[in-house]
Amino acid sequence: MRNMNKNWNIMTGNEAVALATKLAGVRFVSAYPITPQTAIVEKIAEMVANEKMDAKFIEVESEHSAMASVMGSELAGVRSFTASSSHGILYMHEMLNWVAGMRLPILMAVVNRSIGPPWNIWADHSDTMIQRDTGWMQLYGESNQEAMDTIILGYKLAEHKDILLPIMVMQDAFTLSHTSEPVEIRDEMVVREFLGDLNLPFKIDTNRPMGYGSLMPPDGPFMELKMDMKKSMYSAVDRFVEITKEFNDLFDANFPGPVEGFMMEDADYALITLGSISSTAKYVVRNLRNQGKKVGLLRILLYRPFPKDLVISYLRGLKGFGVVDRSSTYGPYGSLYMDVISSIYGKLEIPAANFVAGLGGRDVRVKDFEEMFTKIMEGEEGEIWINVGVK
Amino acid sequence: MMNLVIYLFNFSIWDLGNKMYEIRFHGRGGQGAVTASKILATAAFKEGKWVTSFPFYGTERRGAPVAAFTRIDNNKVELRTQIYSPDTVILLDKSLMNIINVTDGLKENGLILINSRKNDVLNHPELKKFKVAVVDATSIAIRNRLGDPAHPIVNTAILGAYAKISGIVKLESIIEATKDLSPSKINENINAVKQAYDEVEVI
Amino acid sequence: MVLVPTAYAPSSNNKTSSWRTTKPVIDYGKCTRCMICWKFCPDVAIGVTQGMNLEFPNERFAKMEAPYIDYDYCKGCGICANECPFDAIDMVQESEM
Ligand code: SF4
Ligand code: SF4
Repeated sequence: MRNMNKNWNIMTGNEAVALATKLAGVRFVSAYPITPQTAIVEKIAEMVANEKMDAKFIEVESEHSAMASVMGSELAGVRSFTASSSHGILYMHEMLNWVAGMRLPILMAVVNRSIGPPWNIWADHSDTMIQRDTGWMQLYGESNQEAMDTIILGYKLAEHKDILLPIMVMQDAFTLSHTSEPVEIRDEMVVREFLGDLNLPFKIDTNRPMGYGSLMPPDGPFMELKMDMKKSMYSAVDRFVEITKEFNDLFDANFPGPVEGFMMEDADYALITLGSISSTAKYVVRNLRNQGKKVGLLRILLYRPFPKDLVISYLRGLKGFGVVDRSSTYGPYGSLYMDVISSIYGKLEIPAANFVAGLGGRDVRVKDFEEMFTKIMEGEEGEIWINVGVK
Repeated sequence: MMNLVIYLFNFSIWDLGNKMYEIRFHGRGGQGAVTASKILATAAFKEGKWVTSFPFYGTERRGAPVAAFTRIDNNKVELRTQIYSPDTVILLDKSLMNIINVTDGLKENGLILINSRKNDVLNHPELKKFKVAVVDATSIAIRNRLGDPAHPIVNTAILGAYAKISGIVKLESIIEATKDLSPSKINENINAVKQAYDEVEVI
Repeated sequence: MVLVPTAYAPSSNNKTSSWRTTKPVIDYGKCTRCMICWKFCPDVAIGVTQGMNLEFPNERFAKMEAPYIDYDYCKGCGICANECPFDAIDMVQESEM
């Protein structure tokens, strides 16, 4: 039974994101609609038009322009927001790098969708995995509640004075974006107090004109700037732990933080997942536990920066694990697998399999997770594609 | 055991215990199957249940077959897969029985609620293994001027019938959810819910 | 505090006139005050002035605003001379001045 004393409503992931931007006091929004993100843009435009949200909304002709315009507004010191999916994110790729390099704490909500061809509008993490080296932080949620909470936490993290980096917050296409489920609505006044005002030390000031992002020679501080970005990004893991604690105390919530260990305490075998498929994985873990199998699940929420020390601490003592990648990458293995393996290199020696599942919205079923657990318990390793070629 | 006791003595038929209910809606684009799944979820949500409701995404156009799903549970719903073996199928358009396998995966003795007159589906071979209920939601919708006679919107009426025969959700909750989610003709929709509640028959 | 790629380099410290090899000179006798040069100068080195004792094509122009070139910042690109519809701007070699 839900705690009926709290302020619940039933809403889709897209509606939760739109409402969260209002709660977070976003003052500027520019976005170009694309399936399955469209409802976010529509809902915000409606709230602005009905004066329920005190923000400026500007329509643009492309995602590249959407990112360019939020870059301008954020530089002016205004909390800004955009949202996109799939090919929209590819189109803004150049601007993503500019925004991160300029250290602008912009938040973009992403509804993860595959990349064509063939044309496909369903859930797949390829669209954001492809952007993992742009200098944006990445946060993957598994429920509509997290779709709301990651927006609030995302601004808090991005705008931290020692971090100042943009952040993408993800939810899966349709599985969350178009699914209605209960969401506890955070109190607007408390959210505003939690976030405070955006204070950008280098914002545009006509009394003190500056050059932004101008030419930097090889012996100029180019490398130093990149090193500082990486340092700030990796300090974000600890900051996120602190911020999560503050958030949970304030809202009586149970947001997990950078990673979530589910039944990991005495587990022998575990899967590592991202996003909404983790919910089904938990269901399977619970069932297998009831059958006496010592299994667990490690869910990564904060993917960039990659919380390597936390991952190591959870994996220590396992007899085997599997990493589930829901994206197509053409490196030796999937992106998440490579991050996990390079994090534990030289520290842990555990057999590990890399599962590829759920591309282009293919359902990742209960029996698929059961198959993955069976395989890792049998000690299988290498890249294994799940539920392919059986249609 | 505890749940059984409550069931026998209180006749509190909407106590779900630890069971999760999965309901699949079939309709044609424009009949309101997606909204129906949302109204049902909202009604159960108002009773404190955990719910999820989601459409099956394909090409959306008027007249094409569409499906939508609702899960209802006392505890948080963790499953995020499609629904493969529903407890209940709700059929907004009986002609779909000729096009698709509407009972696909339906649990044995599961409930199928059909928008139809009783005689049209009586002795239908496909329905033998299931508990079948019918309500003429089309006539009820037309009577209440929901949609137009060529394209009546039957989703609210069928939910009134579901409230009566399923025991999962109360009539009042369906009415409250209908008020929240009907874009217009709220009173007409509520009347349709009530009439279907009275007229539904198990065969 | 994070490192940000911004530079506070006021233009008063950074005069770009040293880059110039040819220099635009306005013939105010030909200039019709159309201000096209002002619009085109990529470095905002052409300003607007009034009340200077300039030549003018006829009496009506005496009280009008006129373009003037700020030689501290003009880089000598020649765009103004190219765009002037009345051939009122000449590019002159710096060494000849
Ligand atoms: S473009 Fe030529 S005519 Fe026009 S204002 Fe400039 S110098 Fe004068
Ligand atoms: S030469 Fe170039 S920089 Fe100089 S005034 Fe003309 S347009 Fe401007």
